[in-house]
Amino acid sequence: MKDWRYWLAEQRGTLLALGIFIAMFAIYTSNHPAGFTANVVQTAANKGVLLAFVAMAQTLVVITAGIDLSVGMIFLLTNCLASWLVVGTPIQTTLGVIAVLAVGLLCGAINGAIVIYGRLQPIVATIATGAVYYGIGLLLRPFPGGSVNETLADALTGRVFDVVPASLVALLAIVLVIWVPFSRSVLGRAAYAAGSSETAAYMSGVPIRRGKFAAYALAGLLAAIGGLFLTFFTYTGDAAYASGNAYTLFSIAAVVLGGVSLFGGKGSAIGAIFGALAFRTIGDLLFVFDFDPLWQPLFQGVILLVAVSLGAFALFRVRNRLEWFL
Amino acid sequence: MSETTIGGIAGRMPKFIRRADPAVVTAFACIALLLFLGSLYSRSFLSPEYLLQQLKVASFLGVIATGMMLVILLGQIDLSVPWSVAAGAMMACAAAAYGPAGVALAIPFGIFCGVLIGVVNGVGVAYLRIPSMIITLATNAVAQGLMVVYTGGFSPQDSATGAMRYLATGFAIPGVPNSVIIWALIGAAMVFVLTRTSFGRAVYGIGNRERAAYLSGIDTRRVVMIAFAVSGGLSAFGGVLLAGYASKAAQSMGDAYLLPSIAAVVLGGTSILGGRGSYLGTVAGVILITLLQSILSVMQMPEAGRQIIYGVVIVAMLLLYGRAPASR
Repeated sequence: MKDWRYWLAEQRGTLLALGIFIAMFAIYTSNHPAGFTANVVQTAANKGVLLAFVAMAQTLVVITAGIDLSVGMIFLLTNCLASWLVVGTPIQTTLGVIAVLAVGLLCGAINGAIVIYGRLQPIVATIATGAVYYGIGLLLRPFPGGSVNETLADALTGRVFDVVPASLVALLAIVLVIWVPFSRSVLGRAAYAAGSSETAAYMSGVPIRRGKFAAYALAGLLAAIGGLFLTFFTYTGDAAYASGNAYTLFSIAAVVLGGVSLFGGKGSAIGAIFGALAFRTIGDLLFVFDFDPLWQPLFQGVILLVAVSLGAFALFRVRNRLEWFL
Repeated sequence: MSETTIGGIAGRMPKFIRRADPAVVTAFACIALLLFLGSLYSRSFLSPEYLLQQLKVASFLGVIATGMMLVILLGQIDLSVPWSVAAGAMMACAAAAYGPAGVALAIPFGIFCGVLIGVVNGVGVAYLRIPSMIITLATNAVAQGLMVVYTGGFSPQDSATGAMRYLATGFAIPGVPNSVIIWALIGAAMVFVLTRTSFGRAVYGIGNRERAAYLSGIDTRRVVMIAFAVSGGLSAFGGVLLAGYASKAAQSMGDAYLLPSIAAVVLGGTSILGGRGSYLGTVAGVILITLLQSILSVMQMPEAGRQIIYGVVIVAMLLLYGRAPASR
């Protein structure tokens, strides 16, 4: 196979997600009363970027054939923490940002340690750690409140050169700083290999444990970046249980839309980002078509259900019935 | 089930102890420990009234955890519990608005809605081969969306019927709350199904290795689908009882039951990978969780502290005996 065709086959999921996103965004802006203006794009970007960060976090873990049901809660916890720490002089703010990111990394590392070295099932382990993270978040913010360094917040949620949303630039920067180096490193390849076939990876001497651990820890970090941005958008910290759960759920939907295989070893965070943006845009389509916002949860649920059911098409390729039971 | 793992000293013990699962024994030991600690805190912890009250509260979780256990035995998981519970409760209350027939059919209708959610889960898992964790999250979201649309458009009747209240809080036998009797009946039925029927054997078989079960002639997909339907129905029934207990249905009433129901099953020694576990363990797990909740609330622990202790206890107990084998 020629190089470019090989590349195309590898990126099919990502490109499909990009296509869905462009199509949905075109429908969205063409029906939006204000049309395709910088303001509309900025609002859409700010909403989408939050989910994109959480979806990237989920991708890292899903690639290793695991799942992290605590990403939404890490997102909440870091939001609550940021509403205390990211204030004051530039130096204090910087230290606060570093502390928030460190806490996210720590949460992810705890998940990783419990799942990999404690040998617990990721589902149960991360539901339980999610409860702990939510509890800590609630301790920090029993009631919505707090504040954030507004200069920094406005800079990161505004527009660069009055055109490009700053949050999209930040997202790109994070992709370049975290995802690209990780996916090209030995650890990143180990994470893919572990998700694809753990036994084979182990036999080939791939450092699967370190790779998986790095994936879980970085997932915590990415969720924390999401939490930080939530604080920048809302200027407050709020430990809302339903919101944390919703982000966990939507992150899975975004990952599936983004062409990341839930069985591990396939897909990329770039795909998940487009999946997240597409999911958000689809959810917002209701508003431009003047539906009652009451229908939004149902609409998003149905999209999720349809998205996960699409995976069932793989059944048509199954020749031997025993392959059903993997 | 784990005779081989206990050697030496255990060999001389009576048969029922020798056969006991170490996880179940640990869970019961923890219950005793919690009761002991509680009695140090307040004398009334060991009074029959308090224990009966705890058993009554436990019975709601017990009914829900029964369905969860069936699904976990298959090696799957049902994350649609929160809105199955809420949908069961809300639909049962809503049905009561439609005249005497509605009142009479309120409870079956609530359960039917739960079964419907379970069937969607089951079809997704068994026939479409979607990972159970994902499809149940999705149906949970859809059920939530339906309930939001339903309650948002107009305000439906949300107070429980007399029958629901009677089931949850009445006393058919003096001294024993009805909900405890219901849990005992459902539990007995579950034990019978799991140990005495081919369906039960099939559940354990699928949990161990679905391929092998399929090759030995079991219609594994049908068994999986029925198990999910039963789980959905039991969740909804738990919701119906809860609505009777609180005498009304509320949107987020199921949220508090997802983690406890999984925790109760897993703490009771049922393997999260499926194929291993006994109902006695689930009973122990349910009582353990309920006592823990009760003690934390008696100590006036705020919600945040409860969540933290919950998560820590579950992770700690799983690390004690819920670990996957180290073999490669």
